[in-house]
Amino acid sequence: MKIAVVVFPGSNCDVDLYEALHTVCRADVEYVSHKQKSLAGFDAVMLPGGFSYGDYLRSGAIARFSNIMPAIIEFANEGKLVFGTCNGFQILTEAGLLPGALKQNNSLKFICKTVELEVVNNQTPFTSLYEANEHIKLPIAHADGSYYAEKDVLEKLEENGQIVFRYAGENPNGSLNNIAGITNEKGNVLGMMPHPERAVEALLGNEDGLRLFRSLLANGKKTEEAAR
Amino acid sequence: MIATEMSPQEIKSKKPYLEWGLSEKEYNYICEKLLKRLPNYTETGLFAVMWSEHCSYKKSKPVLREFPSKNERVLQGPGEGAGIVDIGDGQAVVFKAESHNHPSAVEPYEGAATGVGGIIRDIFSMGARPIAALDSLHFGEINQARTKYLINEVVAGIGGYGNCMGIPTVGGEMTFDECYTGNPLVNAMCVGLMEQKDMQVGRAKGIGNAVMYVGAKTGRDGIHGATFASADFSDEKETQRSAVQVGDPFMEKLLMEACLELTNKHADWLVGIQDMGAAGLASSSCEMASKAESGLELTLDNVPQREPKMSAYEIMLSESQERMLLCIRAGFEEDVEKLFENYGLEAVVIGRVVEGHQYLLKHKDRVVADIPVSSLTDDVLEEESQEKVPLRILQTRENQNWIPQINDVGETLRKMLQQPTIASKKMFTQTYDSQVRTNTVVGPGSDAAVLRIRGTKKALAMTTDGNGRFVYLDPKIGGKMAVLEAAANLIASGALPLALTDCLNYGDPNDPEIYWELHQSVLGMAAACRALNTPVISGNVSLYNENNGEAIYPTPMVGMVGLVKELKYAVPSFVQQQGDLVFIVGNTEEDFAGSELQKMITGEIKGNLNDVDVAQMSSRMMKLLSAMKKGLVKSAHDLSEGGLAIALAETTFGTKCGLDIKTHLNGEELFSETPGRFVVTVAPESQKLFLDEIQDEEVTYVGTVTNNKKLTVAYENGQFDLDLKKAEGLWEEAIPCLMKSKD
Repeated sequence: MKIAVVVFPGSNCDVDLYEALHTVCRADVEYVSHKQKSLAGFDAVMLPGGFSYGDYLRSGAIARFSNIMPAIIEFANEGKLVFGTCNGFQILTEAGLLPGALKQNNSLKFICKTVELEVVNNQTPFTSLYEANEHIKLPIAHADGSYYAEKDVLEKLEENGQIVFRYAGENPNGSLNNIAGITNEKGNVLGMMPHPERAVEALLGNEDGLRLFRSLLANGKKTEEAAR
Repeated sequence: MIATEMSPQEIKSKKPYLEWGLSEKEYNYICEKLLKRLPNYTETGLFAVMWSEHCSYKKSKPVLREFPSKNERVLQGPGEGAGIVDIGDGQAVVFKAESHNHPSAVEPYEGAATGVGGIIRDIFSMGARPIAALDSLHFGEINQARTKYLINEVVAGIGGYGNCMGIPTVGGEMTFDECYTGNPLVNAMCVGLMEQKDMQVGRAKGIGNAVMYVGAKTGRDGIHGATFASADFSDEKETQRSAVQVGDPFMEKLLMEACLELTNKHADWLVGIQDMGAAGLASSSCEMASKAESGLELTLDNVPQREPKMSAYEIMLSESQERMLLCIRAGFEEDVEKLFENYGLEAVVIGRVVEGHQYLLKHKDRVVADIPVSSLTDDVLEEESQEKVPLRILQTRENQNWIPQINDVGETLRKMLQQPTIASKKMFTQTYDSQVRTNTVVGPGSDAAVLRIRGTKKALAMTTDGNGRFVYLDPKIGGKMAVLEAAANLIASGALPLALTDCLNYGDPNDPEIYWELHQSVLGMAAACRALNTPVISGNVSLYNENNGEAIYPTPMVGMVGLVKELKYAVPSFVQQQGDLVFIVGNTEEDFAGSELQKMITGEIKGNLNDVDVAQMSSRMMKLLSAMKKGLVKSAHDLSEGGLAIALAETTFGTKCGLDIKTHLNGEELFSETPGRFVVTVAPESQKLFLDEIQDEEVTYVGTVTNNKKLTVAYENGQFDLDLKKAEGLWEEAIPCLMKSKD
């Protein structure tokens, strides 16, 4: 399984995603520039955190117009796995691959700390190695992480099991329904504000993010085998 | 501006240079001795910025020579963008600190943000990848709306820049004293990591080689920022606002990635690289020429400009941010253009290295400056400064020191935990991304931050420290203590101190008392540096930190970096396990002058400091480090503000443990601030080996780690119990509460 980590101008968690996959999970991973127009040969694509285009205009609002985006949208529509964390999540909502939007934190400040999450849905390709309703801890580091959607959209997200992670302790940013991460309706696109790639090594004090990448790799492998 | 530009004769008679910070004596020296003619408008402007204290160190140079700047590990000492130290395996650590006090006083967000931006450029200009940022902040008491505004904006500026750059802000310090109310101190430090083979220098040499400008366009912002930083504030001069620059971290992120690609992959194209910092294009270009003893010819029309009709004077002196100057081997100009274009950046040839040693600037087909490079960089009139022992120090020497009397020790400890200088700074540090790049093993809130070096067993520990109170009471002893405190922070983390950078923050050096403070404190710092074998490899000087004639405490900030050879021997600050034994390393004396206790009880800082034996402390620290390297120490925390009582409480915060302590000290001595002490915990089975290793008469067993959240202390004349859960709450809530309160 080959994974693409997309690098936008201003991405800064690209290295963290790459290292989590390459060094810790021993996965086959490559950086892909925002200038490229194709994702041929890749089985999953990841959008890193950071400040693409300086967060100018709105977080993620400019990145959605970059060259690579049509390929990412096509990739998602084909049912392949797309993952976005933090700024990656913001870009996925701006591009319309995920519903809703991410507003400024209700504290109006950037927040970097570890928060408690509930794995609400472990029936996704990204979370299958977690227990249902398991509580885990992951770091957040964002200024615009307050999830917002219209009431009917929220209801649909709840009904379809699209809410994958919820803040379980304190809600750090004012997200509606305590939402920390959601998938699209098909379940192949996941966006989340917390940073699982920062929680993959005991040395740095937390390994709760590791199973997200392991789930994705295991499911990718299964899909490959099925295809053969 | 061009229309109003004065002729050389008018400059001589109207003396605009006085406002730019050049003295009449200096101007006459330039006319009579250096140029043997009258300088024109642009030339006079160049002299004014290049001869400012910020660029020339003309006041502080004689004092700075006291610092040791070399040892077996130093690869690059002061004089370049940043200093470089060998850390083995072909790798090196690069670091520097810089002050942005004056800009932050008038426009705190941009002042702090561009301070961070500037220091990051210094690091990548050496060919290093910036891996961490730290800061040292000193504000007035949190009791005025203006101070709260300054704190909020400075913190937001630091976070705004560092977070966007993707460089973790991993540590720092924050203190509060009235003297900083009108003139806060905002010092930023950046640490980089590099392969020694990628080392760069800021040099322009090789006749015919190109001088290339990269990064943001030049605007009128920040003109005379360097001279602005070299003058003191008064309320009447609100017009100084225009001297503050505006930062664009996104632009700098692109610039950094492009420059690192150039330095790490195409070193053969590159002759030299330097940041355009204070005094912008003027200082970067003539310093690059000066270091290589080259001549330079620049065509200013080619400088990318953001505003129309800029004069040569404005182009040269602008301090627009996010710009770098490169010297590129002739023939590779187009390759460089393409490399930068790939990042959406402009790279433009603005001149060439030429024969001779002249600095020749052309603008609109006119020669606007034609002066020897060395006249700007080397011929600066060094000023002899007068020194005088301040009256307050002479008077204090006659007096007995204050000795506290405490009735309720437990209650005093609770109050002390809520003093802003001691209380938790989490409300601020959690607005900084401290984890990006996933190397942060220990982040904010510990003695020192610790970052692993990927692909090795090594880690780097780093800290910033400044204690203006002690330096104010006795500059020489205070200077020693500032360096020792930084070293103690690194030792407590299990790191060997390697070298340091500094920001020397003082008042107006033309005041003989202030110059004396500067000189004495540098002597003290230098003595400690020699004892610890930690040379000063970079730094800056910030003088004229005054507001309406009142100087700040003399506040040298020390930024120190240490090496953890094997990460498994890094030591946490927090107690680890029930049953572990608690020791105090270092004897406690009656050191209350300048202490947090004195400030809290008497509201002032007063008295004589006891001298410190730097050799003895250095030897004690090395023994402790050697015990750590044998895995004999479970946790270590250095004792600083608030002394033993505060340190004991702090080592338990965030853990499930408590402490049961019995000491021969009296209740007051629990708050004494004798430097060079540590509280360490040791597993019972390691006790004998630990004591053998330390072999110090100054190690005292004081108790054990417990599994209840209680700090029980039996001291000479009493005992108290502290509910640690409640205490931690008080410590965490103190600053948020002050920041929210109405004035």
